[in-house]
Amino acid sequence: MRVAIALAIIIVGGTAGELSVTRAMKQIGEVENFSPSNLLRVIGRAFCVGWMWFGLLLMALSFFALLMVLSWENVSFVVPVTALSYVFGAFGGKFLLGERIEARRWIGVALVCLGVLLVCVS
Amino acid sequence: MKFSHRLQGKTIVLIAMMALFGSLGDVLLRKGMKQIGAISNWHPSALLSAFERTFRSGPIWLGISSLLLFFVAYLLVLSWADYSYVQPASATGYLFVAILGYLILGEVIPRMRWVGVLVICIGVLLVGGTPPRTTEES
Repeated sequence: MRVAIALAIIIVGGTAGELSVTRAMKQIGEVENFSPSNLLRVIGRAFCVGWMWFGLLLMALSFFALLMVLSWENVSFVVPVTALSYVFGAFGGKFLLGERIEARRWIGVALVCLGVLLVCVS
Repeated sequence: MKFSHRLQGKTIVLIAMMALFGSLGDVLLRKGMKQIGAISNWHPSALLSAFERTFRSGPIWLGISSLLLFFVAYLLVLSWADYSYVQPASATGYLFVAILGYLILGEVIPRMRWVGVLVICIGVLLVGGTPPRTTEES
């Protein structure tokens, strides 16, 4: 049970964190100038967006949950299961960010679910 | 995206680095946490002491360094290659984790788990081979 909860925090926290960071970076706009001074300005602006902090907080939470679950379970079990983040990423991208998900991608999502199921029963 | 020969070589080296350092990082984190021992005491002082031991552990810092190398390689390769071209690296990462877990940590991996890992790799490959941007510029 504690493993399931920690895995859920890794997956949902990590994905929600990445979605929040994506939202923050899209708010800033496409980075076209890669000179160090401009990159510093971009980073500075990124940290003024609330979504960036929210995303980093969730990603940190996800990392601590990963450390915790790795104190209990084998890495060859834990890491494959975290591939479920692609499933949450697809749903989150669709419903939170309004991305279009192609049929091919849904097939991939279904295969990831099947693979995780096989890893869990093994 | 058309790659010149030189760019393609550089891309392959960086993608191999991503797959290697990403999975090595996770395996090292497991090695470190195994030494710390299962966290099962939820008392705040016990958690704090586990936290302290975690961040004084050599393998944990090696793991974090390895994950940082992964991240740097990822950012570098994304500066010229398409995301959907780079994605397969994270798919092979799942296979590498199982292989390194077996080789470095001696984890026992049943045949069914290998099959599951392969199915996950194929699934992630399919998820990745889609256009990187489907939303309109705002």
